[in-house]
Amino acid sequence: MSESPSVSDAQSADPKSLESFDVEAVNRRDRQEPLYAARKKIHPKRAEGRFRSLKWVIMVVTLGIYYLTPWIRWDRGEFAPDQAVLIDLYHRRFYFFFIEIWPQEFYYVAGLLIMAGIGLFLVTSSVGRAWCGYTCPQTVWVDLFLVVERAIEGDRNKRIRLDKAPMSAEKAVKRVSKHTIWLLIAASTGGAWIFYFADAPKLAVDLFTGNAAGVAYATVAVLTFTTYTLGGLMREQVCTYMCPWPRIQGAMLDEHSLTVTYNDWRGEPRSRHQKKLEAAGKSTGDCIDCNACVAVCPMGIDIRDGQQLECITCALCIDACDGVMSKLGLEKGLISYATLNDYNANMAKAVNANGEIEPDRIRNSAGKLIDTLTHTNWRSIIRVRTMIYICAWAAIGFAMLGVLLTRERLDLNVLHDRNPLFVTLSDGSIRNGYTVKILNMMPEPRLIQLTIEGLPGARLIIPDIKDNPEDAVLLPAEPDQLETVKVFLSMDPKTLTEQKTPFRFVVQDINGSERDSYDAVFEAGESK
Amino acid sequence: MTAPHKDELSGVDTTGHEWDGIRELDNPLPRWWLWVFYACIAYAIGYCIYYPAIPLINSATQGISGYSSRAELHQEVAAAEEGRAGLIAQIDATNVEDIAKNDSLHRFAVSGGASAFKVYCSQCHGSGAQGSPGYPNLNDDVWLWGGTVEEIHQTITHGIRYNGDEDTRFSEMPAFGRDQILSGSDVRAAANFVGKLANLEHDAALAEAGATVYADNCVSCHGEAGKGMRDLGAPNLTDAVWLYGDTVAEIAAQISAPQHGVMPAWGERLGDVTVKQLAVFVHSLGGGE
Repeated sequence: MSESPSVSDAQSADPKSLESFDVEAVNRRDRQEPLYAARKKIHPKRAEGRFRSLKWVIMVVTLGIYYLTPWIRWDRGEFAPDQAVLIDLYHRRFYFFFIEIWPQEFYYVAGLLIMAGIGLFLVTSSVGRAWCGYTCPQTVWVDLFLVVERAIEGDRNKRIRLDKAPMSAEKAVKRVSKHTIWLLIAASTGGAWIFYFADAPKLAVDLFTGNAAGVAYATVAVLTFTTYTLGGLMREQVCTYMCPWPRIQGAMLDEHSLTVTYNDWRGEPRSRHQKKLEAAGKSTGDCIDCNACVAVCPMGIDIRDGQQLECITCALCIDACDGVMSKLGLEKGLISYATLNDYNANMAKAVNANGEIEPDRIRNSAGKLIDTLTHTNWRSIIRVRTMIYICAWAAIGFAMLGVLLTRERLDLNVLHDRNPLFVTLSDGSIRNGYTVKILNMMPEPRLIQLTIEGLPGARLIIPDIKDNPEDAVLLPAEPDQLETVKVFLSMDPKTLTEQKTPFRFVVQDINGSERDSYDAVFEAGESK
Repeated sequence: MTAPHKDELSGVDTTGHEWDGIRELDNPLPRWWLWVFYACIAYAIGYCIYYPAIPLINSATQGISGYSSRAELHQEVAAAEEGRAGLIAQIDATNVEDIAKNDSLHRFAVSGGASAFKVYCSQCHGSGAQGSPGYPNLNDDVWLWGGTVEEIHQTITHGIRYNGDEDTRFSEMPAFGRDQILSGSDVRAAANFVGKLANLEHDAALAEAGATVYADNCVSCHGEAGKGMRDLGAPNLTDAVWLYGDTVAEIAAQISAPQHGVMPAWGERLGDVTVKQLAVFVHSLGGGE
C-alpha cells in the first residue's frame, strides 16, 4: 500500500467502500489442534455371553500353559535334566519333552517360526484377527488386569465415578491395592519366564534366597516392568500404536475373512425412540442405539462405524448386543462374525433403488428375518487361499517331523589339517592329520568305533591312545557331548596312485545300530 | 502456503502432503510418545555427563564416570590373566615331562604353546611348524637333537649354535671341500655313498669309491650305518627327511661347505613357563617321542 490514508482521511471514508478479505486465520483459536493428545481412558464394561465364556476358558488355558510348563518333569536318565521344557543356554541345549535339540539343529526352531507365521496367515485369512482377540498375550494379560480392576474398583460406571471423584482414603486404598496386585501379577509373569531357562525347582529356591544369577533378577525386573506398563497402563495403545499386526492385517484379510461386523442392513435406521418413530409411520432398524457394544469395547471403538484398525475382534460387542436383542425378542446377530461377501449380499437385499436401507425389505409379514438372507458359516473357511496355507503349513510340519523322527543321534565331522597338508616321515611314509569330532547326542555314555574305509594299508595313529596298530579304534563318548580326537593316518606313498585319495571315516555305536560317515581326502603331495 | 485441507471422512486436517491422491492425516501424537521423547533427551544429557561424549579440539570431555574403553580392555586382560594364574603356576611347578599326565594342564599348555609359537617361532619354522629348507619341520618324527619333551624343552631353552648361551647345543661339521680336507672327487664319492645309504638316485661306481672316504671321515659322527648321533646333532643319513635337500648334488654341497642353522636361546627371553608350553605344543604335533 503505497498510498496509506492518513488518520484524518480515514475518518471520512465509508466503511462499505473498503475492501474486505476472504480469509480465515490458520491458527484460529477453535481450529487449533493439540500437537500432543493425552490418552482418553477406556473403561470397558464386563460383557456376558458365549464369546466372553470362551475367552475365560482360553485365558485359563493359556495362562496355565505359561505358568505350569516349566514345572513339568520328564525323565531323561541321569545325564540330562529332567525338565520337560528347558532352554539350557549355558550348555546350548534345548529340551522339549522327548526332543533334544543341539545348536546346529536350530533349523527346527526356524521351521517352527515359519509354521507360526503361516499359521498366523491361515488364522487371519479365515477367521480374522482371532489371534489378537483371544490368544495374544497382550489381550490375555489385559483381560487379567481388568479382572483385578473390576474386583477392586467395580464395573464401568463405578470406575468412571471413582476416576472423577477427588482423592480420598477409600480411593487411595483402592488404587494402591489395584496397582499392588498388578505388580504382583507382573512380577510372577517375569518370574515364570526365567523358569524356562533353568531347573525350575532349584531356581525357585535360589530366587527367593537371593542366590540366583544377576541376569535372572534383571529379567524378572524387566518383564515385571513391561507387563505392568503394557498390560496395566498402556493396554489398547499397545495394539493401536505399537503392534505391527493391525497394519499387516490389511494385506491378510479379504472379502471371505470373518470379521466382527455390525449388520447395518438390519440395524439401520437406528433410533432410541423406535416406538415414537413407528407411530409416526417411519420404519426403524433393529439397533436401538443403546451403546452397549461401545461400553464393553476394550479398544474404545464403535463397531457400528465399520471394520477398523483398532478392532481386535474380541467379539465382546457381539455378546453385549446379543443380550440386548434377546431382551427385545429379536433375532441375535445384529453384530456378528460375518464375511464382507455375505454382508454385501444381505446389504443388497436391504437397500432400495435410492440406496437407502429399508428394514421392511428383509422382514416378512410375520416380522421375522427373511429366509433368503445369507448366514456366514464355517464353510467360508474352506477356499483356495486357506487350503494353500494349510498345505504349506502341514508340509513344513510333516517334513520337520519326518526329519526329527529319522535323525541320527551320532554325528561325525572331520577337519583335515591344512597347515601342513602332509608330512614326510623318516621312513618315507606320508602322514596326514585330521581333527575328528564325534557328536554323541544321546544322554548316555556310548562306546564308539572309529574306522577308515577305502584307504588300504593306512596306519591309524591316535596320540592319546598308546599302541593302536589296528585300523579301528574304540573311543568312549561322554553322554551328550562332543568328543574331539586328533587322528593321524600314515601311508607308504608307493601304494598311492593319486595325489589326493578319497576315503571315509566311519563311526559306529558298537552297542547299537547308529553309524555315520564323513568323506575325507588323503593328500600325498606331488608324486615322485 | 496452501490452504489447510480437511479430510472428509475423519474431519481431521491433513499435513498438506499428497501422494497419488493419498493424504497424510495430521492427528495429534499420543502424549505418552512425548514423554518417551523427553525421557530420551534426559537420558542423552545424563549420558553426556556420565560418559566421555563431547569432542573438543584435542580430546573429548571425560565424563564423571572416568570410563575409558582402554581401561576396560586393561581390566579384561587383567581378569583373563588372573583367571590363568592358577594354571600358569601349576605349569611352573610341574616338570615339563609330567604336564601330559594332567589332561586339563596339557590342553592349556598346548593352546598357550600354539599362540606363543605363532609369535616367536613361525618366522623360521612356518605357521604350521612345517619348516622349509634349512629350517626343520617339527611335525615329522626326525629330531636332530632328540624328540622327547625334555629334549625339546632343552633345545628351546638354550638354542642351537647360539653364541649368547653357554649351554647351547653345538656341533659343526668340517667344511671338507672348502677347507681342502678332501678333494673334489672324494667329496662327490662320499656324497654318492650317502645317496646309496638313503636310497637316493646315485652313481653306484662312485658310491663304491665313497665307502672308504665315508669310513675315514664321517663315521665318527654319523656312524657306520649312517644312523647319525643325537649327542652331536649329527643327522641320520638313511631316513627320508633332508634339511638341505635330498639330491646327491645338494649332499655334496653340504659336505664341501656345510650350512649350519642357528636357533636363539628362548629360555631367558620368554621365561620357563612359556618355553614349557612351547615344548609341549611342539611335542604334540605328531612326531614327539
